[in-house]
This record gives sequence, structure tokens and C-alpha cells, in this order.
Amino acid sequence: MFKIFKYSFFDLIRSRWTYIYAGFYFLFTLGMLMLSSDLSKVVISSMNVVLILCPLIATMFGVMYYYNSREFTELLLSQPIKRTSIFTGQFLGLATSLSVSLLVGAGIPFLMFGVFGSDQAGNFLVLLFNGVVLSFIFAAISFFIALKNEDKIKGFGLAILVWLLLAVVYDGLLLLGLSWFRDYPLEKASLIASVLNPIDLSRVMLLLKLDISALMSLTGAVYRKFLGSGVGMAISVAVLLIWTIIPTLGIRRVCLRRDF
Amino acid sequence: MKNNILIAALLFAAFPLLSNTLVVCPDCPVNTIAKGIALANPCDTVLVQSGTYYENNIEINKDLTLIGEGMPVVDGKEQGEIFTVENKYFYIEGFRIQNVGRSYVEDRAGIRIRKSTQFTIRNNEFDEAFFAIYLQNSSKGLIEGNHISAHSLEEANSGNAIHAWYCSYLEIANNVVKGNRDGIYLEFVDNSLIHNNLSQDNIRYGLHFMFSDDDSYYDNEFVDNGAGVAVMYSKNIVMQRNVFRDNWGAASYGLLLKDIFDSEIFHNRFNQNTVGIFMETSNRLKIQQNEFSENGWAVKMSGGNQTNILSKNNFLHNTFNLSVHSAGTDNVFSSNYWSDYAGYDLDKDGVGDVPHRPMKLFSYVVSSTPEAMVLLRSLFIDLLNFSEKVSPIFTPENVIDETPLMTPLPVFGKV
Amino acid sequence: MIEITGLHKSFGKNHVLKGVELSLVPPGLIAILGPNGSGKTTLIKSILGMVIPDRGEIEVDGASIKKAWEYRRQISYLPQIARFPENIRVRELIAMVKDLRGETEMDVSLISYFGLQPFLDKKLGNLSGGTRQKVNLVLCFMYDCPIVILDEPTAGLDPVSLVRLKKLIKTKREEGKLILITTHVMDLVEELAEEVVYLLEGNIHFRGTVAELKEKYQGRNVEESIAALLQKDGPFSLGAVASNGHAKVPETLLEN
Ligand SMILES: Nc1ncnc2c1ncn2[C@@H]1O[C@H](COP(=O)(O)OP(=O)(O)OP(=O)(O)O)[C@@H](O)[C@H]1O
Ligand SMILES: [Mg+2]
Repeated sequence: MFKIFKYSFFDLIRSRWTYIYAGFYFLFTLGMLMLSSDLSKVVISSMNVVLILCPLIATMFGVMYYYNSREFTELLLSQPIKRTSIFTGQFLGLATSLSVSLLVGAGIPFLMFGVFGSDQAGNFLVLLFNGVVLSFIFAAISFFIALKNEDKIKGFGLAILVWLLLAVVYDGLLLLGLSWFRDYPLEKASLIASVLNPIDLSRVMLLLKLDISALMSLTGAVYRKFLGSGVGMAISVAVLLIWTIIPTLGIRRVCLRRDF
Repeated sequence: MKNNILIAALLFAAFPLLSNTLVVCPDCPVNTIAKGIALANPCDTVLVQSGTYYENNIEINKDLTLIGEGMPVVDGKEQGEIFTVENKYFYIEGFRIQNVGRSYVEDRAGIRIRKSTQFTIRNNEFDEAFFAIYLQNSSKGLIEGNHISAHSLEEANSGNAIHAWYCSYLEIANNVVKGNRDGIYLEFVDNSLIHNNLSQDNIRYGLHFMFSDDDSYYDNEFVDNGAGVAVMYSKNIVMQRNVFRDNWGAASYGLLLKDIFDSEIFHNRFNQNTVGIFMETSNRLKIQQNEFSENGWAVKMSGGNQTNILSKNNFLHNTFNLSVHSAGTDNVFSSNYWSDYAGYDLDKDGVGDVPHRPMKLFSYVVSSTPEAMVLLRSLFIDLLNFSEKVSPIFTPENVIDETPLMTPLPVFGKV
Repeated sequence: MIEITGLHKSFGKNHVLKGVELSLVPPGLIAILGPNGSGKTTLIKSILGMVIPDRGEIEVDGASIKKAWEYRRQISYLPQIARFPENIRVRELIAMVKDLRGETEMDVSLISYFGLQPFLDKKLGNLSGGTRQKVNLVLCFMYDCPIVILDEPTAGLDPVSLVRLKKLIKTKREEGKLILITTHVMDLVEELAEEVVYLLEGNIHFRGTVAELKEKYQGRNVEESIAALLQKDGPFSLGAVASNGHAKVPETLLEN
């Protein structure tokens, strides 16, 4: 598996798209840092971008990479290599290269501006952690979808649909639900709802770190209590892990049944 | 008003010259403050030299000047009030007053003044003095240069640093008040000036007006309090050049206005407060040339606000610039600078050609469904705000700045 | 050795293999024949574990191949359509396979054997069909495995390369290996194959030596025999046409 990982990783890390992706983060973060001396504001702006881009780009790269590397995959399949190793290795290579793009692209400017000497070091690390986790989750989901669908167009469409559901539609429904049932106490319900969606969970983790909880009055207190507690943090990290593990297991399961 | 206080101050300063001085020190024949006060004649000065005096319930009923030399310490050993003054004239300077002791049943004070018409409390230090300075039915007092600290944790068993009840013509200046319940509490206090104070880390309000009229506070700094300043049931209050910052927490405000009328809020700075100004049933306020930066909400208007003017302010990078609960009032929002204004100025007159709607849809959503705040900074909300901006449907029609400025106004507040 | 029992495989409604039974024991050179779409490649990919059977059992060297992968070390495989990552060079591809599968020295001699030196630094996407097939051959033969499976090995090769390939296959046979070939080139069967396995309608329709095939269907050569086989039992037989209710096949086609 490690060798497959290595090939996928180096194949991707040399690709033009990876440079563009990392370059975008680099320029964006650098630009923000030069415009604003306040690190915490740059962390917030970067958060907005990371929460949208990481899942979206991971989704698109995931599908594209799967379909573009089918030849390589077929070659590997006839070799004495375990099937699960091939696909897990490719997925890990993909997710790692995406994460490296993020870490390098967004990380270097922050390091240049001395984030570790500031009080934003913790928030910065939480931001990168969430970006990496989201990259893994959405790379896994899209890789899984591509593996299940031989038809490129269909696979691409489905993957984007899933992204759209989690990134936009989910929040729309949540908002509808909240305003629909606004006469009931909704703190717990909204907490559960946002913990279940990885994008929302990452966003809320970051928002609370950046101390926006104050804006959320009662709800904020509930969230803060939950995410501030050891158990709450453990649950959140567990949810993110589950979101990563389930599609990864899906990849392993589906790849064992597919014909090539 | 200011002149009166000046004259009073001159008079106080003149008195000691006509009197005798009585010295108190730990090794002197007169070795307690209480003894010194008992021995002193009216108009005398009691000079207390440095040392620690474990005394409390010292009552003063004659015209006296108390001077501490080398910051003598008066320690109440948590057993009760320290100075209780009930007299027309009183002057105290240079004492350190500590350990009054907290109480749930009585409002013990470090220095209590009743029915005085000429008094000065100057350059004293208070530590854990419960109600450090407690003024009742008094007027023409100067409270200046005092440093009052406590380490209060809950409202119920903590006191206010400077507490005034039914007073007038007070001047409260250059004090530092930290860690109390309210930094400065004024109830039925009229015609008074509060300036150049620093009020910080108080668990309720930095400065609190109740039923107080015709007062003015300026050049103060309110940092990291439960709420910076609360002005309630009052009118004709002038608020100028104050800094409200870091009043950050679930129920925190820079400035809380409730049932206040005909007041001016000019040249203040509101920075990083959960809510810069929260106002409720407040009428005819002029809010002008203030700077609101990086607050959760810059201005949050609850119900029943009428005929207020919000103009020529700078709104810089607040999460929400404005939240107006109910529409249909005749509040005016004009000629402000909004950092999120995306319009243009083709005729180059410094005024944007497109009106600005400072209330975003999400702000409207959150005011009706507070839980929706969990969606802050989500892609869905960004899309929602954008579509509302393109074609407004939900946000109140009359919350609009017809003449938004293209560049920020110069800042007037104290830096 | 390879032991296949009751092998079924459908792709959707297309029931390609309907209970194939096949036992192959080394040494031997077996040609797997059948019309287009008869399931030759499917059968081969099943042996390699690339196609997962619906039912049935495949054993290689006595062990089931289900969920196994180590057994592929025993197999050299030449895929029918050589699909390679387009963006890498021939040299890199060979190095990559060596890195994945293990060290070997045979690639050097094979490269010169098929005259591939000039192409080593070309990207695979830019190669001609025949050259790609040669790369395919190098990757297949560079490991010395007891089982060799060749799916249409001659596709796109020029006569010189063809001769070399045949020579190579013969040497492998002489080394005592088990070799499976699918092809539509009957001369190749005639020249190389000891046995013929004929797939038709999802089953093994015929299995026997080349001589047996000729004798059973009375052809002068393999080609004629296969034609006869198809005429008798295949989709073009009189029975098949009648039962399908298709229009009559022209008489001229049926002659011979
Ligand atoms: N992955 C697949 N998905 C769906 N159908 C497939 C797949 N692979 C093969 N088939 C179908 O199975 C049938 C058998 O195909 P196969 O490739 O095994 O035939 P073949 O005997 O190798 O044909 P040829 O002589 O043309 O190479 C064909 O109808 C083909 O369309
Ligand atoms: Mg085939």
C-alpha cells in the first residue's frame, strides 16, 4: 500500500492542478496578511475560504483522479498487489497531496508572519486540522462515488451533488427547521444537527475558537459547554473520524466487488 | 455646573489653613484613627502617618480633614464598615482602605458619606472594600484619583466601587475601578460629571445610570466589563469621547440604553464588544461621529426606539453592523461609512450613488431565530445575504442609508 | 495449474459465462478461442481476479483465488488492450512495475529483443499502437512465471515482431510453462497451440487437441474446422437461424 500511496502522492504533487491549488491558498493568505495586521481576522477569512474550498476541491480532485488514473489502476490490478491496498493507497495519496497543498499554501504565509509567536497559534492549528480532515472526508466520499459509477459524468454529478448537499442544502434545511420550530428550545437540536455535518462541525469548532460564541448568547453557551468539554471535543473529533472512516471502508468494500 | 464644582474645590482647599493638625501614628500617644477623630475639634486636620490601623466603624460627625501620610493602611479585618461620615463637610486623602468584608445583608462601605454638601475623596486606594465609596443624599462632592480594586466573582455578594444615591453635582474623575460589581453606580444622581476614569473587569457594568438626568460622562475607558455602560430610565445624558472595548461575552454590551431620552452620543469608540450599542425604548438620541469596529453587532435596536439619529459614524468590520428588531419607526440612518458598502461614486462627491442597506438578511433571521447564529459564516448564509442584497425582500424597507460615505470619517474619540 | 468449476458471470443482463468448467495442467500451450464477445477476456480476467465471478470457484495451484493476491506472482499477464498512464515515459513505467513487483534483469534483454530502446524516453500517450503492444509484452515477459496468460498478443505487431513473439512463446513452452493464449489468428493456433478451448454461448463448446478439432469438424486446417463448428452449432447455424425466426441466411454463406 505504501508504494501505491507513494506513486499516487508524487504523481499528484507534481501535477499542475496541485500547484494551482496550493498557489491559490498561498496568494490568498499572503494577500490577507499583508492587508491586515490582525492575525485573528486573517484566520477568520481563511476559515471562510478553507471551509468552502477544501470540500469542493477534494470532491472534484477525487472524482477526476479516479477516472484519470484508471489505466494505472488496471495495470496495478493485474500485479500481485492486494486490491484494497491499491485503492486505499490511491485515496491516501490523493488526500495527502490535497492536505499538503493546504498546509504549504496557507501555512507558509502564516509562518512568515510569525503565527507561532502570537495568540492565534491555536486557532491556526485548528484551522489547518479542520482543513485537512475535510480534505480527507470529501476525497474519500468522491473517490467512493467514482468507484461505484463507471460513467464519468454520472460519477462527477453525484459527487458534486453530495458536496452541495453537505455544504449548502443541509444548512438551508437546518435554517428552515430552526425557524419552523422556533417556539421550542432548539439549542440541543441545532447542536446535534451541526455536529453531524462535517462542514458545519468544522465551522462551529472554529467559530467557537475564535470566540464568536458570545454572539450566540444562549445557544453559544450550550455549544461552548459541549465543545469546551473533553467529552464534547472527543465526540466532535470522533464524528470527523467517522466521516472519514465510513467512506474509506466503503472504498475498500466496493473495490472488492468491482470488475475491471 | 462645572463652575460650582470648581468653587467648591477652592473652598475645600482653603479650610485646612484655618485649623489645627492632630497627628496619629502607631507609636504616638494617639495611636488609632478613631481616637484622633474623637480628640479633634471641628475644622481640624487629622494627620495619619504610615502604618497599619485595624479599625472599623469610625464615625465622623464634624467638619474634618483626614490626611494620610505615606499611605497608612486601614484594615477592617472583614468586620464592618470603616468610615461613616454624616456631616456637611469632609475631606479625605491618601489612605489605603481594605478588607471591609462582604455581606449579603448590609451594604458596608469603605467610606460612607451621608448628607454632605462639600466633600472630597482623593487619591485613596481601596482593596476588597465591598462598596468602596458610598454616597447618599449628598451633593457637590469630588471623587478623584482613587484606585479601587476587588476580585468579585458573583453579583450577589459584591459591591459597587463608587455608589451614589440621591446625589447631585458630583465630579468623579481620574479614578481606576476594577473587579467590582458596578464600577460606578448612579441612582437618582443629577447634574454630575464623570470623566477620565478607567473602569475595567467589573462583573456587571462599568458605569451604571438609573433614574439620573442631566449628567455627562466623557473621556472614560470601559474595558472588559459585563457591559461597559448602562444608561437606564434617564434623560439628557451626554456621552462623549469614551472608549468601550472588549466588553465581550454572552450578555455583554459596550453601551446599554434602556428608556433614555434626549441624549447625545458623540465621538466614542466601540471596539470588539459583543454589541456596541444596544438600545430599547429610547427616543430622540443623537448617535454621531462614533467609530464601531469589530463588534459582533455594532448597533442593535430592540423594540420601541423612535426618532433617533444615527449619522456620520464609521462602521468597520463588524459581524453585523445593524440589527433592527421592529421596523416602522422614524429612526434616521444617514451619511455613515460602512466598510462593507459595495457601491460606487461616479460623481466623486464622496457619497455613494447607491443607497446602502446596513441590515443583512441573516441579521434579520437571527433576530427572530437566535439559534440560527450557528450558521454564521456558512456558504448558505453567504448566498442568502447575497441574493437579498440583489433583490431585497425581507429586510426592513426604511433601514437604509441613502447617503453612504465612500471613505471613513476622521476619528474623534480618545485613542 | 488452474482449476475452474461452475464459473458464472453476468454483466447486468448479459450472461457471459454460464458455468464454465476448465482444468489446465502445466506444461501446455492452450488457445482459448471463441467469437467476439464470447467471454474469453472475461474468463482470463476472472483467473486474474480482475473480474469477480458471480458463482463458481477458481483455484490456482490448489488454492482458491477468492480475496487472494499473492498467487498473481505466478502469472505473467498480457492485457488485451494495453492501457497505460499517458503521461509517463516508457522507462518510468518499467521502473515503476519493477518497484511494485520486484527486481528483474530481463527487461533489458526484452527491450532490445523488441527494439524498444529508441522509445524509452517517450511518453506512453505518444506511442503507436504496435509500440505500445511491445511495451505491454516487455512488462508481461520480464517476470519468469510458471503461468503465462496472453490476451491477443499479436494485435498490431509487424511481421518481424510477430516472428520474435512466436519464438519467445515457444521458448516459454519449452521451459515447461502453462501458457494461455486468446487470439483470432488461426495460423497462430495452428503453429503454436497444443490444445484448443472453444467458448461459445457462455460455455466450453469444444476442448481438445488441434488434431482432434480438425478431425471432429473435418477441416483441412483450424480455420476451416472452426468455420464448420460455427456452421453446425454457432449463431450462423441453420437451427439457430430458424429458432430465432430471423430472415434466411443467404445460401452462399451457408455453402462449404
Ligand atoms: N466490465 C464490463 N462491463 C460490462 N460488460 C462487459 C464488461 N466486460 C465485458 N463485458 C461484456 O461481456 C461480454 C464478453 O466480453 P469479453 O471481453 O470477455 O469478450 P471476448 O471474448 O474477449 O471478445 P473479443 O474477442 O472481442 O476480445 C461482451 O458482451 C462484453 O460487452
Ligand atoms: Mg477479449
